[in-house]
Amino acid sequence: MFRKQKAVAALELAAVPTIKSFQKGNNMTIHSTLKSSIAALVLGAAGLGLAIQAANADALADITKAGTINVGVFADFPPFSSASADMSLKGYDMDVAQYIADTLKVKLNTVAVTGQNRIPYLNDHRVDILMSVGYSKEREQVIDFAAPYAPYYIAVIGPAAMMVKGKEDLADKSIAVNRGTLEDTSLTEAAPASADIKRFDNYNSVIQAFISGQTQLMVVGNDVGAQVLAKQDALKPEQKFQLLTSPSHIGLNKNEDALKKAVNDAIAKMLADGKLDESSKAWLKTPLNPDNLKD
Amino acid sequence: MTFGWLPGAVGDIAHGAATTILLIAVTTLAGTLLSILGAAGRRNGPALLKRAIAWYVEVMRNTPFLVQLFFIFFGLPSLGVRLDPILAAMLAMTLNMAAYTIEIVGAGLDAVPPGQTEAALALGLRPRQVFIKIVLPQALKIIYPALTSQIVIMMLESAVVSQIAVRELTYEADMLQARTFRSFETYFVVTLVYLALSMALRRLLVTGGRRALGAGVS
Repeated sequence: MFRKQKAVAALELAAVPTIKSFQKGNNMTIHSTLKSSIAALVLGAAGLGLAIQAANADALADITKAGTINVGVFADFPPFSSASADMSLKGYDMDVAQYIADTLKVKLNTVAVTGQNRIPYLNDHRVDILMSVGYSKEREQVIDFAAPYAPYYIAVIGPAAMMVKGKEDLADKSIAVNRGTLEDTSLTEAAPASADIKRFDNYNSVIQAFISGQTQLMVVGNDVGAQVLAKQDALKPEQKFQLLTSPSHIGLNKNEDALKKAVNDAIAKMLADGKLDESSKAWLKTPLNPDNLKD
Repeated sequence: MTFGWLPGAVGDIAHGAATTILLIAVTTLAGTLLSILGAAGRRNGPALLKRAIAWYVEVMRNTPFLVQLFFIFFGLPSLGVRLDPILAAMLAMTLNMAAYTIEIVGAGLDAVPPGQTEAALALGLRPRQVFIKIVLPQALKIIYPALTSQIVIMMLESAVVSQIAVRELTYEADMLQARTFRSFETYFVVTLVYLALSMALRRLLVTGGRRALGAGVS
C-alpha cells in the first residue's frame, strides 16, 4: 500500500501537475480512479520488466523439447512467403524454414509478423528465428544473424511515365515504404529531405498505397514488386533503380550459439545438396548465384 | 529498462501528440456539429432524410473503424477522390464519431420535456430559435457526460490512423520502436502520454461545458 501511494505521488509530480489544481467536488471519483490506474500501470511495468529479464534459456534445447520451431515470416511477401491458393503460406522462405525444421526433426510453426513487430517478437521469445532479415548495424545491437540464405535487393518502383534515375530524383516525391524494414532505413538515409516518405505497416498497404495513387513511388524488395506489379496494366510500373543490395539472413536472439550453429549447418547442407538452388529456380525464377549471398 | 533514447525522442513524441490533438480537435467540432444536424434531421426532417440518417448510423456503427478508414484512403482514389492521409483520417474520424453522437444528441433532444417547446412557441419564438436557444442547450446538458466520453474514446481510437501513415502519436511510437527496438519502454512512455492527454481533454471539456452550458455539467 505504501509503495502504491508513493508511485501515485511521484506521477502526480511528473506527468499531471495541472490536473490537481482543477480538482474539485464531483470529479473526484474519476480522477482517483485514473490515478490508481496509473499506479497499477507503473507497478505492473516494473514487475513485467523483471520477468522479461529472467527469461533466458537455451533456445535449441527448448525447441527440441517442445518438438516445434516457431518461425517468424511475413505473410504478404511474395515470392518469399505469401498466401497460396489454399491460403497456406508458400515461397522461398517457407522452403528454407521447412528444411530447417526437418533437419532439427521438429514441427514447423509459422508466425506471421510485420516489419515493425518482428524484432520484439524475437526478443520476447514469441518466435525462435526470423526469416528474411537484412543486416544492419542497428539490428546487430539487439539480434544475431545466422548465415545469409537468399539474395535480396531493394528497388525504387514507379510508373513508366515518371523520370526517376537516382536518389536526387526522389526530391518532392511521395514514396510508400514498409515501416521498420531495411527498405525504410535505407530509404530514409538516401532520400533528400524534401521527399515525402509515407510509412505503412505491411507490404500490402505499401503496394495498395502505390497502386491507388496515394503515393507516386514505392520502395520494396526485388520480386515483391515485380510479381505484384506485373498485373497493373494502367500504371505500367517499372523498377527505377536499386537502393541497396544485401542478402537476407536468418535472425535469432543473441547468445544462442547452439541454435545458430544448427541453422548454419542446415543452410550449408541445403546449399550443398542443391535444394536451395531448386527453391531459387522455383520462386525467384533464376538459379542461385552464391556470389549474391555475400554481404 | 533503458530510457537513454528518450531525450532524443521527445521532439517526435511531442510532434505526434500535437497531431493527435489536432485530429481530435477537428473531429470534436465537426463531429458534434454534424451530429446536432443529424439528430435534428432525424426527428424533424423529410421522410427520405430521416431514412438516410438512420441508414448512415446503422452502417457506420456496424462496421469496423479500420475498414472505414481503409475505404476512404485506399478505396476512394479509384472513384477519383484522393485525400491526404491527414484529411482522410479527419474525415473517417468525423464520420465515425458522428454516427455515435447522432444517437447521443438525439437521446438528449428526446429528453427535453415537450412543454419547453410549447411554452417557447407560445411566447412567440420562431421554431429555429426554439431549437437553438431552448431545446438544444438543455439537451446538450443532459447528454454531456456521454458526449465527452465518446470524444475521449474517439481520441484513443485515433491511434488506428497510424495505419495510413498519419504521423500521430502511435505512428511516432511505432517509428521509435522500429528504430530503437525498445518496444516495452516506447509503448510505456506513449501510454503515459495518452493517459495524460485523455485526462487533460476530459478536464478541458468539462470546464468548457460549464462555461457554455452553465452549472451542473459534469
